[in-house]
Amino acid sequence: MAVLQAKLDALQARLAGLSFAPQGWLGAARAEALTRLTAMGLPGKRDEYWRYTDPTGLNVAAATPVALFDPRDEPPPFDAIDRLKIVFVDGVFDPTQSDALAMDGVVIERLAGAEGADIHWASGLYGVLEARGQNPVQRPLATLNSAFASDGVLIRVTATPSKPISLIYQQKSETSDVILHNCIKVESGAEVILLENGAAAARLNHVTEVEIADNARFHHIRAQGRAHSRQSNTHLFARIGRNAAFKSFTMTANGKLTRNDAVLELLGADSVAHVAGVALGDGAFHHDDTVFITHAAERCESRQVFKKVLKNGAVGVFQGKILVKQGAQKTDGYQISQALLLDGDSQFLAKPELEIYADDVKCSHGSTSGAIDETALFYLRSRGVPLREAQSLLVLAFLAEAISEIEDEVISDDIRQRLQSWLARHEH
Amino acid sequence: MMAELELEVRDGVDRETIETVAAMSGTYKYGWSTEIEMDYAPKGVSEDIVRLISAKNEEPEWMLDWRLAAYRRWVQMEEPSWAMLNYPTIDYQDQYYYAKPKSMAVKPKSLDEVDPKILATYKKLGIPLKEQLILAGVEGAETAGERKVAVDAVFDSVSVGTTFKAELAKAGVIFCSISEAIKDHPELVKKYLGSVVPQSDNFFATLNSAVFSDGSFVYIPPGTRCPMELSTYFRINAENTGQFERTLIIADKGSYVSYLEGCTAPKRDTNQLHAAVVELVILEDAEVKYSTVQNWYPGDENGLGGIYNFVTKRADCRGDRAKVMWTQVETGSAITWKYPSCILRGDDSQGEFYSIAIANNAQQADTGTKMVHLGKRTKSRIVSKGISAGRAQNTYRGLVSMHPKATDSRNYTQCDSLLIGDKCGAHTVPYIEVKNNSSRVEHEATTSKVDDDQLFYCRSRGMDEEEAVALVVNGFCKEVLQALPMEFAMEAQSLVAISLEGSVG
Repeated sequence: MAVLQAKLDALQARLAGLSFAPQGWLGAARAEALTRLTAMGLPGKRDEYWRYTDPTGLNVAAATPVALFDPRDEPPPFDAIDRLKIVFVDGVFDPTQSDALAMDGVVIERLAGAEGADIHWASGLYGVLEARGQNPVQRPLATLNSAFASDGVLIRVTATPSKPISLIYQQKSETSDVILHNCIKVESGAEVILLENGAAAARLNHVTEVEIADNARFHHIRAQGRAHSRQSNTHLFARIGRNAAFKSFTMTANGKLTRNDAVLELLGADSVAHVAGVALGDGAFHHDDTVFITHAAERCESRQVFKKVLKNGAVGVFQGKILVKQGAQKTDGYQISQALLLDGDSQFLAKPELEIYADDVKCSHGSTSGAIDETALFYLRSRGVPLREAQSLLVLAFLAEAISEIEDEVISDDIRQRLQSWLARHEH
Repeated sequence: MMAELELEVRDGVDRETIETVAAMSGTYKYGWSTEIEMDYAPKGVSEDIVRLISAKNEEPEWMLDWRLAAYRRWVQMEEPSWAMLNYPTIDYQDQYYYAKPKSMAVKPKSLDEVDPKILATYKKLGIPLKEQLILAGVEGAETAGERKVAVDAVFDSVSVGTTFKAELAKAGVIFCSISEAIKDHPELVKKYLGSVVPQSDNFFATLNSAVFSDGSFVYIPPGTRCPMELSTYFRINAENTGQFERTLIIADKGSYVSYLEGCTAPKRDTNQLHAAVVELVILEDAEVKYSTVQNWYPGDENGLGGIYNFVTKRADCRGDRAKVMWTQVETGSAITWKYPSCILRGDDSQGEFYSIAIANNAQQADTGTKMVHLGKRTKSRIVSKGISAGRAQNTYRGLVSMHPKATDSRNYTQCDSLLIGDKCGAHTVPYIEVKNNSSRVEHEATTSKVDDDQLFYCRSRGMDEEEAVALVVNGFCKEVLQALPMEFAMEAQSLVAISLEGSVG
């Protein structure tokens, strides 16, 4: 009881700084979330689910101020890509930088504007997938988000739009504390690419709920903010129908604390769910990928590919789980988590789990950790490749499997360039 | 069970083959119980019971204090619930914590004073005949040249006899019950008991520290290779009795010992509690091989009865180049909660863990290992094979931890699960914690079902489905079976087949 009391106390402290404004259809969802939240409190350091990451920074009442990231001559991510831009500055929608929220095949609304309506398609989604994702482990930070999100986008994809939708989260204030919530519904036969980038705030709590109908496809590529001491926690909830595809890739470079949760449910047969991530950390960097994939239908395929490059005391965490329910026969589940520790101080902590209740399945997971292969390095140098270049080459080769999860070549080249420039900035 | 009487003996088939086959077709062949007059302590656990157990064992004051400290700690502890195990709440006050055959009230001076019923029990269990003779004290039974195994047999709470004591003593090896060791070798017990698994380590180990009634004690002196394999045989006989044995093995510098452990219990409708602690202390250049065939009564097909097996086993490689190898074949028990662990403290020390866990019918197993790398250049290897059938749930749970100072260390983990039938579950929960970059950690896990092509091939060669499955499963387990001492490997193989009976078709 003492443990629960501490969580409830933490919640009360946090709630003091937030204002609760329930309105229209969204108000009902927010109130429901708040009820659930007040029963569970905020995550505690001793929760098994937070075994390797201390949630304190995400829990406390006020965000710690951070210095803004200086991009030097680096262009912003996805700059060369033709896309529909939606810009938030410190969590506030910026119409001057944003494109018109209109494109063939999609209906885009802001959460803040859609609130007042009596009924809305998103009422079947907002807080719904988040609530489903509370079992078997509680994710109170996502519930906090459902109750208090200040803005976000609601995207309904009815056909296949001509270009990607790009959410840009700029950070201009050193003390901003932002809660954003997106809902995306990809209707039958439709296909969309969603790009996300930027830190958004000194502290960001971000939730995206995605529903992918039968025969629909959803691609998600994200480059998280580069500010060194920003703190973020994100949740990606997805419900995937029959013969559908969900693919998400995240690049994280820098950030004092990042916790990315992905909670995916394969509910229709013959679908795929891929989540991949590369994380690069130098110094005060704690990065946690927590993935929970449920196979509830036959012949689905899931892949989790996570690679981390760590130096100077950076910490990488991977908690991945594949749950195969009874009857989800012919499941193909794959999970790999690997860390390249560039020096002796860094840490890699992993908990790759399988929970399987069907017998005709192929599930495997692998996890490795170690230093750069000296033999490979020696070989490259013997061929005249300078040390730094050789190291960069080997790091990029190590990350390649995760990057290859991005289908669009222009986007994957953009990500690769970004990784190279990070490596150049953080040379030995 | 009397099938062999009805079998026709065909030409060219000898009686022994038929008996072996018949023995293998029984569901649980150790399910009988022996009617022996027992001396029970009152049900439940309290400080008084702890005092009583200590008094019955004629223990010195320091031992009683140690137990009481554990008990006082235990009452403040909560039973862990993190394992993937589902069982009704255990009423710790509804168990007998001490049961001793009446005929043992005065410890027999020699083995021929042991109650013949107990000896008959061990005979039924198939403890090698040679030891039977020795247990009966027959002169000249120790024929030279044959492979010998010294046995310490624990019946309910009490050690009933240890064989080959004299020969072991010649080599300087101490092999006796822990209650004797407390009396005869207090300096060793005081120094090492609880030094690997502290009194307050976990809920079950703490309970054991308070109420353990007996167990085995082994000390191998420096530079000594134990002249024979040592073995303990545990038997729970009495109803509603918890068995809490405590094993302490100390391998002094440069010594070697191979230790075998076997266990069975009668079929009963109620669940019985077993909470053991095994501590291994391994000093410089010493090596311990610890092999277990755990065949406690698993309960019937509907999950009625069976042993709740909560065991804490840990090896501390205290010296440089110390080596430990845990091998376990877990086929019994309704509930298994067991994580034999290695603390690799000495530089260049090595830990190995080989496990086969079979869960059939309503059995649940949550088992694995911990490899804690503290010393430089330490090595560990984990090979775990989990087999689930029926409605059983089988979980591998393991930890590999590389401390910042454990530079240039190495771990390789492989855990494979095999599912037979669509109502069982196989789970893997590994924890990997790497805190330096010169160490390499590799973890692989796979889950699959019995390969149809392999089954088809076996069937086409005239095997029935059950035989074919047993053969495929034995193949799946091969790497672990090979790590067992020879006699155990044979027993384990047939046990694999028996445990899976009724899982197909």
